This record gives sequence, C-alpha cells and structure tokens, in this order.
Amino acid sequence: MASAPSSTRTETLSQHVVEVRDVAYSIGGRTIFSGLTLNIERGRVTAIMGPSGTGKTTLLKLITGQIRPDRGQVLVEGRDVARLSRRELYALRQRMGMLFQNGALLTDLDVFENVAFPLREHTKLPEPLISHIVLTKLQSVGLRGAWALMPAELSGGMARRVALARAMAMDPDMLIYDEPFAGLDPISMGVILRLLRQMNDALGITSILVSHDVEEITTVADTSYILADGKVVAHGNPQDLKKSDSELVRQFMNGIADGPVAFHYPAPDLREQLLADVD
Amino acid sequence: MSLARELLNSTTQVIAKMGAVMLFLGRILGQVPASLARPGLIVAQIHNAGALSLVIIMTCGLFVGMVLGLQGYDLLQRFGSESALGTGTALALLRELGPVVTALLFAGRAGTALASEIGLMRATDQLVAMEMMAVDSVRRVVAPRFLGGLIAMPLLTMIFVAIAIFGVQLVGVQQLGVDRGTFWSQMQGSVKMSDVTEGWIKGCVFGAACTLVAVYEGYTAAPTAEGVGQATTRTVVISAVLTLALDYILTALLL
Repeated sequence: MASAPSSTRTETLSQHVVEVRDVAYSIGGRTIFSGLTLNIERGRVTAIMGPSGTGKTTLLKLITGQIRPDRGQVLVEGRDVARLSRRELYALRQRMGMLFQNGALLTDLDVFENVAFPLREHTKLPEPLISHIVLTKLQSVGLRGAWALMPAELSGGMARRVALARAMAMDPDMLIYDEPFAGLDPISMGVILRLLRQMNDALGITSILVSHDVEEITTVADTSYILADGKVVAHGNPQDLKKSDSELVRQFMNGIADGPVAFHYPAPDLREQLLADVD
Repeated sequence: MSLARELLNSTTQVIAKMGAVMLFLGRILGQVPASLARPGLIVAQIHNAGALSLVIIMTCGLFVGMVLGLQGYDLLQRFGSESALGTGTALALLRELGPVVTALLFAGRAGTALASEIGLMRATDQLVAMEMMAVDSVRRVVAPRFLGGLIAMPLLTMIFVAIAIFGVQLVGVQQLGVDRGTFWSQMQGSVKMSDVTEGWIKGCVFGAACTLVAVYEGYTAAPTAEGVGQATTRTVVISAVLTLALDYILTALLL
C-alpha cells in the first residue's frame, strides 16, 4: 500500500488515517526506532503494544508532531506531520483528541471548565451552547453529576473519564489513548473499555491505543501492532497473535517472564562481578 | 588547568542560559497582544502575584520602616539633625530599600509559587495536554502570568514604601518624639517626583526580571518532583542576585 502510485492516492488516504513509513528515531544516543512502518486504519481500534521502553509513547509523540523523526515520514491524513507549520499542526491537532495516562486535567479548573476548555479556546460559541455541549459530553462518560468537582477530588478512573469527555469536546476524527488502563481498578477499566468501543462504533472515530494490558486489548482492539527493538515484530488480530509462531510475540501476549525479552538487564558475568570485590 | 576549564564551562553555560531566557522572553512578548485580548486571565494573575503577596509585603514594610526609624534616629541625633529623619528614610525607601526588599520578598512569595505551579503543570502533562489541544501554552499560561507579575510588582513596591514610611513615623514621631510638623514638611519639601519615578522604574524592572526568571524556570523544569524543587530554588537564588545586580546598574544610570 505504501508504494501505491499517486493516482490511487485519494483511495489510500481514505483508508489509512496514519501512515508511518520507515521511521528512525533516536534520543540521547539510544535508538528507539529503526525502520518502523505501520498503518492505522480509519474507523477502527488499533492497539500499539510492546514491552516497556519500546517507544510506544514516542510513537504517539511522532504521530502528534511533538517530535520529528530522524528519517522516514509520519503521514496523518496524507500530510507529513514533520513538515507542517505550527499553525497547520494546531489545525491538525484540533481534529485529534488525546487521552493522557493520568488524565492531565488542568488542576486550576473544575470538571465543567476542563471540558469547556478547548471550546472556549477555539470557538466563540455562546455560553448556553458551550454548557449544552459540555453537559452532553459529561453525560456520555457518566459524570454529568460531577461537573462542579475539582480534579483533585476525582478518583483516577473518574479523572480519565473527564479527560475523555474533554478529548471529545471538539468532536475529533481521531482519539489517541496513552495507557488508558494503567493503574485502574477492574470496574473503571471496564467503563473505559466500554466507552472506548462506544466512541469508536457510534461516532466512527479512529482510535489509537497504546497499552500493554494484553487481556483488555484482546477484547477491544480490531488490530494490534507489537513493537520490539525499534520495529514492528507482529501485527494482526489480537486473538491470532496469541497463537503466533514468533517466540517473542507469544512471550509478550502470554506474559512469560523470560524469553527473547530477557529477564536480566544486560550485565557482566555474575561470578566475575561478585568475585571482583574479593580480590 | 581543570579549574580554568571549569570556569570556562560554567561561563559558557551562564551565557547560553541568558540567551535561552532572552529567546523565551521574545516568545512571551510575541504572545502579549493575544494575552491582552483576554484581560480576565491577567487580572487573575495580578490577584495571584499581587493581592496574595500583600500581607507579607505590608508586614515586612512595617518592620523595615520601624527599624529605619530606630537606626535613623540614633544616627541623626549624633549630629543633632533628627528633623531630617523623614527626608532621609523616605529617600532611602523610595529609591533603594522599597524596590529591592519588595523584589526579594516577591521572588520568595510570588516567584516560587509561579515556578512550582508551572513546573507541576509540566510534570503532570498539563502543558503538553494544552499543546495537544492546539493551545499555545506560552500564550495561555506563561504570558498572563508574566504580565500579572509585571503589573503587580511596582504596585507592591509603592505599597511597601507607604507602609514603611508609616512605620518610620510610628517609631520616630510617636515613640522617640521627632516633631511631627518637621518630619512631614521636610519630607514633602525634599522628596522630588524623580525619586518616586526612580522607585517606580526599579519596581517595574525588578518585577519583569523576577517574573521572567520564575516562569522560565517553571516552564523548563525537569518533569519530576526533584526538577520542580530545583526550579523553585533556582528561581529564588537567581532572582535575588539579579535584583541586586540590576539595582546597581539602574542606580548608576538614574543618578
């Protein structure tokens, strides 16, 4: 698909919201990606998985234009994110919603004002209409009753739901979830899972999900990519991935402590290091 | 040799940091027009930096004034010129003590609050979240705070000076018995508008410097508890040194 001739370009655009083409990125001498290629399909839930430290969050930063790749391209809606001006990037971001790991609510504003924030910054809508939109969004995450609370008064799960309502406020085409399940109790997790699926199916939003919670991904994602060593090592339907031939994929999907991803951080020989002190 | 190299290294670092701060100032100034279009945000920051600093500024002003009254009286009565107490202390307060002490207190109260607030917004992803909502964090967060500090500081300076002069008269006139009429009339006769302006200008410059240091340190803080702590410490230290250094330069220019 990546090598499709330009005549079929519009067709390519309509199917893939995000195309990551042969991206290399390194920071502080450490290589994060070397030749990463993946596509995010429109209207589906795509999960990005991988062991900690494989650059899942870095990938989100690349897609949202917070950082630029050393090599390769990241195309969002067919446009190279790294080449956009600040204004164009902001225009693009208005069509993306992002859910941060801890919610990242603005702590000096209450729940209502947090959800209203993007509307107040980007639109000149009359107050009754803003109120209407905010309450509708809060209703959809089940927190209309919490509109007057401050972020400090919310539990982790509630904060994430408010953040989801805020991400939805501008009716984005794409929602990005950074570790949406981390540190949540099973009930909150179930709520987020249900909301995620609902948003995706009811509103046709493209969802990108970064996580390493294999069980949750299996139930919610349409497609998953597993990253390791700066590349995509496997992709496909989460159920199929569990039965993958690759040892690494099986290790990750089934949570086995030792395997291709070693239990031990690289270290000199244990005996040598212990005896070195004796000498 | 290594000492010379270290000296060279730290000098380059200081110069690089000054450059970075100036670039940051440029970014802030570029957002000032957009910020002025939303006065509500600036008023809230004047409240944060100014109104919330009032108690400490006024208390310290009163004590500084009372000490000046004691010391000034003791000094002047050796020459038999207690009547110059009002003039001497008013000039000292307006031109030097008022702006400098206010700036030091301002850095300790408002500067640290700004640095830690913005640093924590950085550490909890709030600034990135804003950027992801296509909102320029310098325009929305930094510029209103900078303007708020810039406006609050000269006002605080004048309030400090007024309260301190009240403190001087409390000790000098009420307690030690300097003649009330001479105290006020001599002050009125010899304090010129240019003295008030000097204090005002210093207040504005120190306000800009201290607020700029605070918002810069907060904005560039490492996103950890340690990073925010360091940013707060640096804010106080740099603000204090900068205030005193700028004070010398301004005094030399204005005299």
